[in-house]
Amino acid sequence: MPNIDELAGYTQASAERLGIKKFDIYGSSVDETSVQVDSGEPKQVKASNRSSVIVRVWNKDNTVGVTSTTDVDRDGIDLALKTAYEASFFGVKENVPDFSPEATAELKADTEATAPQAPVSQLIDTLIEAEKKLLQAHPAIKGVPYNGLSQRDFSRFYLNSNGAMRNEARSYTSIYLYTKTEQEGKKPRSAGAFRINRSLEQIDLQGCVQEAAEKTISHLDYEKIKSGKYRVVFSPEAFLSLLGAFSNLFNAQNILDKQSLSTPESLGKQIASPLLSVCDDALHPENIAAETFDGEGTPTRRIALITNGVLSNFIHSAGTAKRFNTQPTGHANIGAKVSVSSHFYHVFPGENASQEYSLDSAENIIFIDDVQALHAGVKALQGSFSLPFDGWIVNNGKKTSIESATVAGDFLELLQSIVFVEQEPELTPTGVCPKIWVDNLSITGE
Amino acid sequence: MTLSMHPSTLLLTRELPNLQYSSTRDRFDETWEAPLSTLLGLGRAAGADFVEFFLERVNYINCLAEDDTITSISPRLSTGAGVRVFRGKADCYVSTNDLSFTGLKAALEKGLSILGLQLPAPNGYVPEINLELLRDYATKKGKESWLAGCSSMREMGEILLDANAQLKQKATHVQSRRAVYFRDWQEVLVAASDGTFARDIRLTQSVGYNLLCADGANRSSISKRVGSTSEPDFLRSWNYQTDAEEVAESAGKMLYADYVESGNYPIIMANEFGGVIFHEACGHLLETTQIERKTTPFADKKGEKIAHESLTAWDEGLSQDAFGTIDMDDEGMPAQRTLLIENGILKNFISDRTGSMRTGHPRTGSGRRQNYTYAAASRMRNTYIAPGNYTNEDLFASIDKGIYCKKMGGGSVGPTGQFNFAVDEAYLIENGKITKPLKGATLIGDAQEIMNKISMCSQDLGLAAGFCGSVSGSVYVTVGQPHIKVDSITVGGR
Repeated sequence: MPNIDELAGYTQASAERLGIKKFDIYGSSVDETSVQVDSGEPKQVKASNRSSVIVRVWNKDNTVGVTSTTDVDRDGIDLALKTAYEASFFGVKENVPDFSPEATAELKADTEATAPQAPVSQLIDTLIEAEKKLLQAHPAIKGVPYNGLSQRDFSRFYLNSNGAMRNEARSYTSIYLYTKTEQEGKKPRSAGAFRINRSLEQIDLQGCVQEAAEKTISHLDYEKIKSGKYRVVFSPEAFLSLLGAFSNLFNAQNILDKQSLSTPESLGKQIASPLLSVCDDALHPENIAAETFDGEGTPTRRIALITNGVLSNFIHSAGTAKRFNTQPTGHANIGAKVSVSSHFYHVFPGENASQEYSLDSAENIIFIDDVQALHAGVKALQGSFSLPFDGWIVNNGKKTSIESATVAGDFLELLQSIVFVEQEPELTPTGVCPKIWVDNLSITGE
Repeated sequence: MTLSMHPSTLLLTRELPNLQYSSTRDRFDETWEAPLSTLLGLGRAAGADFVEFFLERVNYINCLAEDDTITSISPRLSTGAGVRVFRGKADCYVSTNDLSFTGLKAALEKGLSILGLQLPAPNGYVPEINLELLRDYATKKGKESWLAGCSSMREMGEILLDANAQLKQKATHVQSRRAVYFRDWQEVLVAASDGTFARDIRLTQSVGYNLLCADGANRSSISKRVGSTSEPDFLRSWNYQTDAEEVAESAGKMLYADYVESGNYPIIMANEFGGVIFHEACGHLLETTQIERKTTPFADKKGEKIAHESLTAWDEGLSQDAFGTIDMDDEGMPAQRTLLIENGILKNFISDRTGSMRTGHPRTGSGRRQNYTYAAASRMRNTYIAPGNYTNEDLFASIDKGIYCKKMGGGSVGPTGQFNFAVDEAYLIENGKITKPLKGATLIGDAQEIMNKISMCSQDLGLAAGFCGSVSGSVYVTVGQPHIKVDSITVGGR
């Protein structure tokens, strides 16, 4: 990717030549390396250095067109501007996207958090060592079929013809380890773990290996479970998966499009148990992949979504904020139609619980570690879900793995049925969250 | 007569900076032979056992109509290349946006260095790689005119708005109507150190509806998409009246449906997209990628019975205009027809170059990738269960209480062979008859077990377009089957 000043310069020149007076550009570039291993040998190493930009132009009738391109030299940008200009004549005539009023506001968070990349040989050695430890952890663990260690330098920018120009750069390294077991007369079992941090040196490798091993071993002895209604404990990752799948609840653009379980009148309504509070917080200190501005250049910030069970805010682009007569929240993704999405959830207890629960003493509890196939089993516009999961039935601290089962329900009913939000938060790739206890969910086993 | 080790015309490494290649920017044609041949030779000179370049240009556009307005037309232009380098059975894949000779050379050097290889010294020779005559499927099959023959932005908008107006007429309790279309035009060039040199143009299009209906607390959302390759007129010929009727009828029936009662049932799965059951429960497990990972129970079962004797299944890339049809795969190999299972016996696996090298199963023209940022992997194309001898009436008559899965949603399979898929439109079967609509069903099971429970296949084979996500990204595929009966399967519900 050329440097941003240079790109801004030839974009401006090209726009002038094409008679385009108003435009903006959002772009990103990534330099990444990833490795996979198999039985102590490197399996595949991947490296990539690529860039892309999306340009928006407004024509004299003030309708907008976009084009995205990976060709970011002068000729590529010139062609993208021409194509976007052609598309602009088919742009919407009502609620036309405009520059964010905050595109030039000061960014208060650090825009650079980079770290040097480790040599590929070190990545391979590290992953081989992790694989070796997992294979030694239990005789039943015969392989780690899915594994990967990757490091990424990521930079992004936004600029517009009104003089906005901002950019940021981040580095992060992540590892995933997913094991598989084989035992005579038993079905294969699997489990995995994931960690992310700024650099290879900082990543919790040992914790990742230990979690993957412990989970896998805990699934070796499994049983069918009887279908019925159960009290369920969601792991932080499982709960955040569901929350993300039903994020249309908070999404102002979805609401305007009637593609949401909420309406504009939902604000201020009690949608969950008072025990639950949720924020979206791109700048949370635990968020390694933090973004300081969104696709329209609006600074990101912490937004309370659910406060003691009450729906307290929606997330906005500049356009939805204008239509809701409020401020943009830094959640926009640039496009012909600007979309809105969350960054990083922070889930925590709301009101004090009248009774506390513990997996060490509870009886006949289903502990769901991971829900799967959300793309198929979630009906986001109906509010319903029916999902296979990895988990255990827990009695007085003893966990017995569940062979194969689904959990089903209505997400709004689930939110109301929360009976306990634990205190201790855990970090996941999509947010920070404690374990969440929910009553009366349908489990299908046998 | 004298013999020398190298012909005098061989390139020396020190001469590389002086090369002036001028490949055309707007087309992958024979002008790319010289630079790619040099780069492949350079890779071999450095000690690589095999080198492959994959070049790609994409001209993509999507269009969205919401209710009575076009709310988005989004073109995307993309160019890039990927270079794959093998040393023994280890491989490295490097991708870049920079298609200049310098850019491609930099990507190659990075790949070589990752594998511990270095370019030869300045006085080292670059061996000549004799590429085959360009195997140009695009020119041979008249594909150059495809892009210009597709619908313009204006026409896209007009057709989608007309289609949405039809849906408004047909459906009741409408909360939102969406008509969605995309066109994906892709030009690819593959050059490899074994002499492969092939070019193709692919044109993939899809259009369909998303309908959301609501009546108080009752909601139903139904989607339908159709897709095609190789057909510039595709959007113009979309029969949206028929699709609007079908979507409206399904949404109406599902709006007041009861939730399915969980348990184990015999089921009948409809044809066309019902084929997702075979795609997930078996097709993925026949990819050599899964053999490499040791995540398939079928790895050593070739020649053995793995399914009910009534089941025969194919994976191929040849069906006219089907969504997964390709003239060549992304490694330059012509597509072919691969018999997977014949009367329950496992006959073949689905293999790409790497899978073939690492597992010994022959390549099947199945090396596919979403784009230049992915290395090719063994992937399905058009995958379907062959028609059987029964009628649909036979299937229904065999069930006292079960579920008719008329419209399937998506699904997935995990590393232990556990699969799942959602049912978008289902009905209760009682005494051989459909009695009432049901919603909220998820089917779960084990691949090995389910394959022996597909006991009856009807005669009405139908194909449907789909998107398949896996290690090399999202690719266009066809799934298909006739109506089939599964003797027993776990249905998750409430």
